[in-house]
Amino acid sequence: MPKQSPVPDEFDKPFWDACNGNRLVLQYCNSCERFQHPPRPRCDQCGSAETWEWKQVNGTGTIYSYAVVYDTPIACLQPDQPYNVAVIDLDEAPGINMLSHLPGTPIDDVPIGATVALMFEVTPATGQKVPEWQLVSQ
Amino acid sequence: MTYRTQMAYRTVPSASMYRTKEGLGIWEHRGKVAAVGIGHSPTLRRWDARPETSIGAWSILALRRAMDDAGVTPGQVDGLVLAPDTTTGSHWPPDQPIPQDFIDAFEQTDDRFDGLSKLSAEWILKNMPELTNVRFVMVAPVCMSMTLAAAIQAVGDGHATVCLALRGWHNLGGRYFQGGANAEPTVSGPGKWGLSLAGPSSYATAMQFQRYLHKYNKTHDMMAPFIINSRRNGLLFPEGYWAQHHPEPLTTADYLKSRWIAKPANLLDNDMPIHAAAAYVITTSERAKDMKQTPVYVLGHAGAGTVNGDSHSAVAGRSVVRTLEEAEEHAASTGRKIFEAAGIKPGDLDFENMYDGFSPLHVFHIEGIGFAGIKRGEALDLFQTDISIAGPNPVSPSGGNIGGGRTRYWGHTDSIQQIQGRAGARQIRVRAEIGVSGGNMPQWSNFIVWSSTPG
Repeated sequence: MPKQSPVPDEFDKPFWDACNGNRLVLQYCNSCERFQHPPRPRCDQCGSAETWEWKQVNGTGTIYSYAVVYDTPIACLQPDQPYNVAVIDLDEAPGINMLSHLPGTPIDDVPIGATVALMFEVTPATGQKVPEWQLVSQ
Repeated sequence: MTYRTQMAYRTVPSASMYRTKEGLGIWEHRGKVAAVGIGHSPTLRRWDARPETSIGAWSILALRRAMDDAGVTPGQVDGLVLAPDTTTGSHWPPDQPIPQDFIDAFEQTDDRFDGLSKLSAEWILKNMPELTNVRFVMVAPVCMSMTLAAAIQAVGDGHATVCLALRGWHNLGGRYFQGGANAEPTVSGPGKWGLSLAGPSSYATAMQFQRYLHKYNKTHDMMAPFIINSRRNGLLFPEGYWAQHHPEPLTTADYLKSRWIAKPANLLDNDMPIHAAAAYVITTSERAKDMKQTPVYVLGHAGAGTVNGDSHSAVAGRSVVRTLEEAEEHAASTGRKIFEAAGIKPGDLDFENMYDGFSPLHVFHIEGIGFAGIKRGEALDLFQTDISIAGPNPVSPSGGNIGGGRTRYWGHTDSIQQIQGRAGARQIRVRAEIGVSGGNMPQWSNFIVWSSTPG
């Protein structure tokens, strides 16, 4: 599905550069031993700007829930609606979730609790890659 | 004499007015503040471009009606609290000129959208010269629930004695959120982490509700009695949109065949934007004795949020989207705060008018307060029983946003009217002595507990 291309800024560029290298990195505070996503300049828990780093995760996850979007205001997604939007819990980053269109999964046939594996998709406008997930059986 | 020297008022950030933490004990002004007047404008689906129906004009109308309802003269009003943003999704097109007849009809401020697609206290006071004694002004975010809670606290704290609380919602042509950044091939800012993949503002609630249905083994169809009940009650609200424009009942079949927006939320699970304004008069319980209507006392107020200096905002989510568990915990924590502030137990509530802008939110809210004794996962079972105004457990007797259109204030009006015995055809048959109203999201809310007595 042709998504909008995320525009990296100075702060989150490492995340998007990693995606272009087919790697998923998340913000991790070494002091709190806690992942944080979306990334922010400081750790939400301890407030430090110094104790965190970008840490790679394998991206394997579980489908927490989903909704099927039939009427979106996002212009580039309108030709493809209805489409699944699943919430993925990441195994290696407790508390962190991300969204996925679950490429290859039929509409409204989303198994909550199923395992998904990370992949990357190229977005058309700028070529920026974004993380996606597919059911492990596919 | 210019406006600015004619009237001088002080202002206080509304953030300092809200109770967002547990453990604060009973509200310090319990029973000492009361609602005494209600004023509503008519409703429209969208503004019809006439100056006299602009949101500024209708806000003035609502304020005048509220004062008249309370029996206060404009000169007796010394406080004004309002929400300046009169929309969350309908914006004046940047290249569209402001209509000349609107400019000619009203005193303007430096903001050309004032009175048209936003609202300032300055605009109100410039165009209501009869408000000669306003000495206190406060700006609240987002909704009537924030505005009312702030006005109530302000009166309790002694910032004002007769305080107007105002909320207007404008609605222009077109649909929310179309075009602009959503039509671009790229995305910057927070949207790049999630919303860009989803789209509709109902997505997060719909996803939470999908998890709810999975977790508690329920079905979307079980929402039908709640939606039908809400529209039925809304049709008994003369001030509401459907009562005024489309007074036809909604059937279960209508609901079940309604098109999906973000399944499991269909079109009728989403509140419909309309153009309308409402106002309330809040005063001390002492002053309330001399006013026209039966006073409705405030036992307490509380909600979810984060106060940081002058800022009041939602409790931050853990990650990209808030989970069902986060929503449930916020609702439960708010329930504890509400009862703590008001000094009552869940079983003391006779009715509830909690938020329903996306219908599943009502589920989360009433489970959070344990209305009618329900626990988590049981709201849809409650909906299969008699939840009507004639029954033992009246759910949303106002009809809420689902029944009246997107204003987030029907519940406040109805709660006050129920306790006063002037809810008309909506009057609940059980005792109406203590009720709760408010919203909006589990993570950002304010609720008010109303009572027929000071407690």
